[in-house]
Amino acid sequence: MKLNGGQALIKSLEMEGVEVMFGLPGGAILPVYDPIIDSPIRHILVRHEQGAGHMAEGYAHATGRPGVAMVTSGPGATNIVTPLADAMMDSIPIVVITGQVPSAAIGTDAFQECDIIGVTRSITKHNELITSAQDIPRVIHEAFHIATTGRPGPVLVDIPKDIVDPNNPNSAMDWYWPDSIDLPGYKPTVKGHPRMIREAAKLIAESRRPVIYAGGGILKARAAEALRELAELTGISVVTTLMARGAFPDSHPLCLGMPGMHGNYTAITSMQESDLLIALGSRFDDRVTGKVGAFAPGAKIIHVDVDPAELGKVRRPDVPIVGDCQSVIVELIREVRELGAQPDRAEWDAQLKAWQAQFPLHYDQGWGEGDALKPQFCIEQLRDGSPEDTIVVSGVGQHQMWSSQFWRFNHPYTWINSGGLGTMGFAVPAAIGAKVGMPGRTVWAIDGDGCFQMTAQELVTASAERIPVKVAILNNAYLGMVRQWQELFYEERYSEVYLSPDLPDYKMWAEAMGCVGMRVEHPDEVAPAIEKANAIDDRPVVIDFRVDWTEKVYPMVAAGTSNSNVILGPEMGQGGH
Amino acid sequence: MAAPRHHILSVLVENKAGVLARVSSLFARRGFNIYSLAVAPTDDDRFSRITIVVDVESTPLEQVTKQLFKLINVVKISELDPASAVEREMMILTVKAEPGTRGQVIELVDVFQGRIVDVGHDELTIELAGPPSKLDDFEDLMRAYGIVALQRTGRVALPKLERTAHGLPKSGMRPLGKVG
Ligand SMILES: Cc1ncc(C[n+]2csc(CCOP(=O)(O)OP(=O)(O)O)c2C)c(N)n1
Ligand SMILES: [Mg+2]
Repeated sequence: MKLNGGQALIKSLEMEGVEVMFGLPGGAILPVYDPIIDSPIRHILVRHEQGAGHMAEGYAHATGRPGVAMVTSGPGATNIVTPLADAMMDSIPIVVITGQVPSAAIGTDAFQECDIIGVTRSITKHNELITSAQDIPRVIHEAFHIATTGRPGPVLVDIPKDIVDPNNPNSAMDWYWPDSIDLPGYKPTVKGHPRMIREAAKLIAESRRPVIYAGGGILKARAAEALRELAELTGISVVTTLMARGAFPDSHPLCLGMPGMHGNYTAITSMQESDLLIALGSRFDDRVTGKVGAFAPGAKIIHVDVDPAELGKVRRPDVPIVGDCQSVIVELIREVRELGAQPDRAEWDAQLKAWQAQFPLHYDQGWGEGDALKPQFCIEQLRDGSPEDTIVVSGVGQHQMWSSQFWRFNHPYTWINSGGLGTMGFAVPAAIGAKVGMPGRTVWAIDGDGCFQMTAQELVTASAERIPVKVAILNNAYLGMVRQWQELFYEERYSEVYLSPDLPDYKMWAEAMGCVGMRVEHPDEVAPAIEKANAIDDRPVVIDFRVDWTEKVYPMVAAGTSNSNVILGPEMGQGGH
Repeated sequence: MAAPRHHILSVLVENKAGVLARVSSLFARRGFNIYSLAVAPTDDDRFSRITIVVDVESTPLEQVTKQLFKLINVVKISELDPASAVEREMMILTVKAEPGTRGQVIELVDVFQGRIVDVGHDELTIELAGPPSKLDDFEDLMRAYGIVALQRTGRVALPKLERTAHGLPKSGMRPLGKVG
């Protein structure tokens, strides 16, 4: 069958099972947009290409299937650079297709030319310039394979216009679909080494103060069930990192919640005091470890990761295991069973419970005249007023930390955020992508006022495409997280962090974008507004929560200090008051 | 801090556009200077071999090699221990050789087993191959006569062959395999 390159590209996406793609056309990618009219693939027209990238990420996070975005050359391509970097840091499988100027014009500073392959080399798992129409099915097939296997990540495919343009002879190709993959340099290890797994089981059996340090890799490997079985079998408590919230239910008695810079006291301290850390799909990020030299000084390390480059990168493991978390945990469970009973850890378990009782997360919502609305209260009300399996998507800042702390995540894939790159503006488009992938679920974006202003225009996309996401803006009139650092570490010299509570008018802005807009200023308005929002299913909703701008995120471990120095609240001094 | 030392990496890659940029940018990202680099297709023209010499500490190098592995087009990486590797490099240089000094230059070329490949009015172009240290020595000697132009290829290397009791050669190349 003779096809042109543009048709071959769309047909290749169909062959990959793509149901939806996010994008925005332009000159260089125009020929590929033409066959979309005849394709069953749903295309969602974004208002900014960054939105397309984050939507693809949100879709991938929520569904586990690769997200797809397509943009034009030059500015279209550079606009999607941030989502590529974001997906690289958080190991999100997305495939991004960029138009490129015609082959003969590459390297001539042609109109809308950008060397996007060069630009994105270090922020993609792989990228490739297709040089012949005949290669399109093969390269697309490889792109999806690379994006979704091993440690997942973003793949960019750059396509010169001449090979997709039916008016150009370079676009002629004979259709085929490759039945295999030939990548001699790419063979991710799935199964862990049996001897290492046995070693790990032995360390577990000897350990008196073990902690499972679960990371985003659990979710990537779809290993939440296996993790739960391992925890219950061994009786070992689990911390879930920012990327792993929901991988182990917060309601489970063995769940210690989030560790790290703004983790809870027990999660942080359990790791510090442990004699064995069982790191499963986690990468010893600096936001988790604090000062590396002082991190978990007495702990032996079992480190399981599908990416060999993670083992020993930050902390040398006693037992390194390269492999997929799902497969390794299943094998580990078998070995643990074979070794028989676990030692008595009653003392350690009692210590964990004591810390939990002594140092819970806390905030005070006052109900008196003039008492400001607390952001944490809004989150708790949202949590209690929304369905149990609601998907929560956050931006980056204080609201993100509070969301992770105060929501109760009891199901995997219900928490979507930008962890590694910390991309402000992630929430709205990622929520749209998640809702497209999971239309039956309630999706709440919990966003900051600063973040919202970076990508709010995608609510126009959501209205036009009838994607009824809900957005809670925790409007503290500040770039709050930065303000918090200035307050604590820069002598309250507030440089360029004030935003204003009512410029823009978020309610009017929401309405202008086709959404229902609401404003909430008092604690007793919170629950009714949420109830109203949750009842709306035909358009997006935005609630502007006017929250206390003085509120800070605690606990906190100051950057670069030891995790043994947890600042619990302003009462502990350290600049707070 | 321990003095950094030479590490020789032998990297087998797919023979495709852009692979060299991918490999070298992993070093550049960390500010590691590549001391020398040689690339050419292998006997199987689907693959090329890149021989990289870097001066860095072992620990950061280990991280870079692990990241090199992650490149889709990198097939295999081996680190060669300089003590048990045969390293070779080639150099061509043009040197001043006026009637008064020409004889001395020719004599040195002879001692170093080089070859004169071009002769000008008062200059000679010389080709020399061998261990990099020998090239360094020759370069030092030629400086006195006036080097007009000089080019070196960057080194290529293979492991020294060990002889077992059965006389079978055993490779001294340390494959940097996957951990675990
Ligand atoms: C694109 C981008 N620019 C800058 C930052 C640095 N930064 C981190 S949090 C933050 C403040 C976010 O403000 P807002 O969205 O209002 O959230 P809040 O902290 O007030 O909850 C900033 C500027 C970032 N993470 N991302
Ligand atoms: Mg704010």
